[in-house]
Amino acid sequence: MIFTIAWRELKGLFLSPLAWAILAVVQVILAFLFLSHIEGYLLLQPQLAALRHAPGVTELVVGRLFASAAIVLLLVTPLLTMRLISEERRSRTLSLLFSAPLSMTEIILGKYLGIMVFLTVLLFLIALMPLSLLMVTSLDGGMVASGLVGLALLLAAFVAVGLFISTLTQYPGVAAISTFGVLLLFWLLDWSGKEDNLLAYLSLLNHYEPFLRGVFDSANAVYYLLFVVAFLVLSVRRLDADRLGG
Amino acid sequence: MLDQSTELQSSPAQNADVLVDVKDVSRSYGNIRAVKNLSFSIRKGEVLGFLGPNGAGKTTTMQIISGNLAADEGSVTIAGHDLLQQPKAAKAALGYLPEQPPLYRELTVNEYLDYCAALNRIARKQRKEARERAKESTGLLDVGGRLIANLSKGFQQRVALAQAIIHSPPVIILDEPTIGLDPIQIRETRGLIRELGKDHGVILSTHILPEVQASCDRVQIINNGSLVLNETIDGLAKHMRSLSLTVAFRRPPAPAQLEQLPGVTAVQSDGNQHLQVLHHPGSDPTEEIVRLATQHDWGLYEIQPLGVSLEELFVELTSEKSQT
Repeated sequence: MIFTIAWRELKGLFLSPLAWAILAVVQVILAFLFLSHIEGYLLLQPQLAALRHAPGVTELVVGRLFASAAIVLLLVTPLLTMRLISEERRSRTLSLLFSAPLSMTEIILGKYLGIMVFLTVLLFLIALMPLSLLMVTSLDGGMVASGLVGLALLLAAFVAVGLFISTLTQYPGVAAISTFGVLLLFWLLDWSGKEDNLLAYLSLLNHYEPFLRGVFDSANAVYYLLFVVAFLVLSVRRLDADRLGG
Repeated sequence: MLDQSTELQSSPAQNADVLVDVKDVSRSYGNIRAVKNLSFSIRKGEVLGFLGPNGAGKTTTMQIISGNLAADEGSVTIAGHDLLQQPKAAKAALGYLPEQPPLYRELTVNEYLDYCAALNRIARKQRKEARERAKESTGLLDVGGRLIANLSKGFQQRVALAQAIIHSPPVIILDEPTIGLDPIQIRETRGLIRELGKDHGVILSTHILPEVQASCDRVQIINNGSLVLNETIDGLAKHMRSLSLTVAFRRPPAPAQLEQLPGVTAVQSDGNQHLQVLHHPGSDPTEEIVRLATQHDWGLYEIQPLGVSLEELFVELTSEKSQT
């Protein structure tokens, strides 16, 4: 049942030009950044050769690419998630789901899964860029993998926030801008000054950076999973409250 | 006049057939009580017409029964399953056509109906068959491959109707199903509702009164959130029984002459050729008047019982309650 909803969500995305536009735009921007990172690396290469423990191409190019991808996707995810529930509420199709033999959890998980499958496609396309370097050099496979896992977890968190905010309103635009605001706020939380305060700990960015350095800390993975679960539970509660509210 | 109690107290023997049982349901929006202690039930093979003026609580009631809205108090049981305790089982027995058709405009009719079939847990192999059956009964066979967005309003309404019956649920809830349809489609839809009423329980919410008389077995009128009438169509005829006659003569007699007839309570003349004859229930003086008219050569050219139409009954019930 979850897959039925996820499949329709995915199909709906690809039936509208939005999905294609997002894939294209993200790809163009990241390709440009990727090239500029490579160029930067080539400029630095003579100096790096002189260092004893110089950072490798994986860290300097791939790591930076994934860092930029996180920022670009932070801008893009709200556009993908904004319509999830709000559009259905606006066009009154939500009653179709409510009167079908489905639980609220199934609706939310179906929607969530649909977007995640789309983002997996996007992630695959992004991963092709660093992998193309394999033709000319060798990469630190573990570091690339950890970067991809980190990016996937980060996206999972983005979508969970977006889905929750989409359940709050019936205006996709409002959902998009609010999601963007919340995500940016979570991103910037570590700017609050001191290193070890609670706010900095909650920052999405702080848990993402270790992945880019090739450090897979299960605490960071758990942070993202808890983040996702928390927002999904909130979404289910909110959808349930729809029937109680007026 | 409004004998609800006989309808509401169903004996255990009848309970087997009860598909929807609504008990003391109330619902408020802020300070406004949209539905107050509403109780009724629907049996198998019954089409229930749900009437009421705008804002009376029709749609709220439909939404509560269909699980789109939670009741503040009371319980709804569908096909033996409580809507809150066993929502999945209850909703599986339910097809709902909301006031605004819940359509995904970017899908074709076939894609949409397949999705609805999947949502209602129809096994993959039977989906096509279910879809074709629903399309056939709603007259959609020719538009299966077209985008819903490009269909006319009437066709969209029919797609939404097909969605509600695709899993042939025991209970079908239709909120104003004939809106936007042309007269031919309206007739077809009414025929379909009658057809559905044979083996399902159908709740039909509408404010089109002839529709109720054409397709329902039972009528409920709701006003300000409470039921003011719950009556079978046959029982309704009693409410609508004629108690007066309009008679027209070329050479009208004196009213007093007609007042002497048995059963007649009063005769009013409009000063022209028409007379208004009021009589007791159960004693219709029509035959007697015709006999006298030929005997005295009054030149009778028109005689008409004045029935209370459903519309008048509706107006009477809904306005009298809103004043109190």
